[in-house]
Amino acid sequence: MTSTTRSSTPEPARQTLGEGLNTWIANVRAGDIGSLPVILGLIAITIIFQVQNDRFLSAQNLTNAIVQMAPIAFISTGVVFVLLIGEIDLSVGAMSGVGGVIIARLLVPDGNEINWVLALGVAAIVAVLVGGVHGWFVTKLGVPSLIVTLATFFMGTGVVLALAGQQGLIRVQDPTVIGIANTFLSDTIGWLVAVSAVAIYAISLFVTDRANLAQGLTAGSWAAFGGKVTMAAIVAFGTVAITNADRGLPLVGLILGVTVVVWLTIAERTKFGRHIYAVGGNAEGARRAGINVDRIKISCFMIASFMAAFGGLVLASRLRSVDNSAGGGNLLLNSIAAAVIGGTSLFGGRGKITNAVQGALVIAAVESGMGLLGWPSDRKFIVTGFILLLAVSVDTVTRRARQTSGRA
Amino acid sequence: MESTPLLETRGISKRFGSVQALFEVDLKLHAGEVVGLVGDNGAGKSTLVKSIAGNHTVDEGTVLFEGKPVTISGPKAASDLGIEVVYQDLALCDNLTVTQNMFLGREETNRFGLLSEATMQRQAAETMKSLAVTTLSSVSQNVARLSGGQRQSVAVAKAVMWNSKAVILDEPTAALGVAQTRQVLDLVKRLAERGLGVIVISHNLHDLFEIVDTFLVLRLGQSIGSYTKTETSQQEIVEAITAGQLSHVPGQDSDEIRNES
Repeated sequence: MTSTTRSSTPEPARQTLGEGLNTWIANVRAGDIGSLPVILGLIAITIIFQVQNDRFLSAQNLTNAIVQMAPIAFISTGVVFVLLIGEIDLSVGAMSGVGGVIIARLLVPDGNEINWVLALGVAAIVAVLVGGVHGWFVTKLGVPSLIVTLATFFMGTGVVLALAGQQGLIRVQDPTVIGIANTFLSDTIGWLVAVSAVAIYAISLFVTDRANLAQGLTAGSWAAFGGKVTMAAIVAFGTVAITNADRGLPLVGLILGVTVVVWLTIAERTKFGRHIYAVGGNAEGARRAGINVDRIKISCFMIASFMAAFGGLVLASRLRSVDNSAGGGNLLLNSIAAAVIGGTSLFGGRGKITNAVQGALVIAAVESGMGLLGWPSDRKFIVTGFILLLAVSVDTVTRRARQTSGRA
Repeated sequence: MESTPLLETRGISKRFGSVQALFEVDLKLHAGEVVGLVGDNGAGKSTLVKSIAGNHTVDEGTVLFEGKPVTISGPKAASDLGIEVVYQDLALCDNLTVTQNMFLGREETNRFGLLSEATMQRQAAETMKSLAVTTLSSVSQNVARLSGGQRQSVAVAKAVMWNSKAVILDEPTAALGVAQTRQVLDLVKRLAERGLGVIVISHNLHDLFEIVDTFLVLRLGQSIGSYTKTETSQQEIVEAITAGQLSHVPGQDSDEIRNES
């Protein structure tokens, strides 16, 4: 029964700092640790590598790290969506290769080249169709996503080989496409980006708090508000300050930020996003609530493939070419590892879109740090493996903590 | 009670293959009344509920809602009429908050298509308050953290939040401890006080005697009879459940039905 009368008893008030801290501590105890492990991990990684080589925190290295992590972060953003519904997509690496090779092929200046917008559009449509096929097999036929996407992983690898042509490498010459990963914003624009990002964040926090207060609910303390905005400011201004000391804020970093905010908003502030979490939490419950579970699942597979192709575009831009091994190597593993290291659960229903960026940062930091130390690839793989194992263990242990507290 | 029943079934029959799961069952539920639906395993309680909720199509008989014959094609159609069923597994999403669960599938959005989180939270809190669910400290906590009784309360609150008129509860106290059972029984009484018709399926006659107005006893898919609480005893109900007179012996052997789940 939807009651419309306003309740009068609860005092609309902001929490005090103490109350806010208590809530937070209670959440951590119950296993809602949020981004805590990944942030602690990043700090640890930074200290370890900085001690061994003081170029780790240099402006040049950090600017490079942003460009290097971008493709993984884009792909991983899509992976989070499929993990949220409790599925997996093993084809994202291959799909990024397919996306890249389609774009490169269509842009070859042989007289038949098309406008870059069209080329990107074609790749996007192909990706969304592939995602739709994944979703169809998973929802309508009931084939496990692991197998469906393993199959398309093989097919995608074949398509890349076929489309890469006889030389096995297509050079990308379109200036717009190259510009995506090779443009650095001027110092002034960098600062403007930082100012706008912090302002938008502060306004959205303030609006949320005000909406809560207007409904007679408690809002976070002013200290929490100030703390969050300060943290955001440190990250935003710190990034711009560091990158400005080098070549400037990479354009691809800005694109990544905007993309993540868009997906984050969709996932957390729209009905569609809420339904994704519901399907991942309890598909049968979601179905009984009138949610079209199949439609949600198919959409998530489409998003994953789309973001994979997007990552392929960024990779093609960064390397200025697409070769017949595009999308291979450890791109797939890194993309899935990033989502999991960032804190997205493999069991569905839990995770945040920002996990993708956090995890990609960890992977980029480890790779860049070990690169600086001159470690060979063998050790990189082993260390990345350990980090992944650690991240999944943390997820499993906190999951158990949540279940225990659920029965308390 | 001679007024028009809120919900009525007349001669509902349902066959699964050769098995007669329901045979000419009549049920009457008035507004503000609690009906206890009892019977042994396989007596047809669940089948009857699913027929009312539109999960099964009936072979014969009619369902009347507020005196008018209705065809309920599915859970959605049942909700639209104002009939909600809370199944035993509750169908809550552990990873969502109490509010998010209560509004699942019916979220409110602002003019930009973004969720109106605060508005929904206030409404959820008010619904909880109006149902005197006081054990819940906050509607913004995850359902995973709730006890069995609290979860049942959330599931019931979710069901009655949407102007529903009839609520069917399937074994609401089956997995609960003493104190939590108490909460749920009180909640059922309050639903009736608010004018809802409530059907409670339960094996626990002791609990039912506390909350129901009438019993409908099913045995082997048939209605043994309707008993007014004040004119019956636990013993009479038990006898009706186990050895009630059948008007019709389906097939050759009534054991057929007993084996059907």
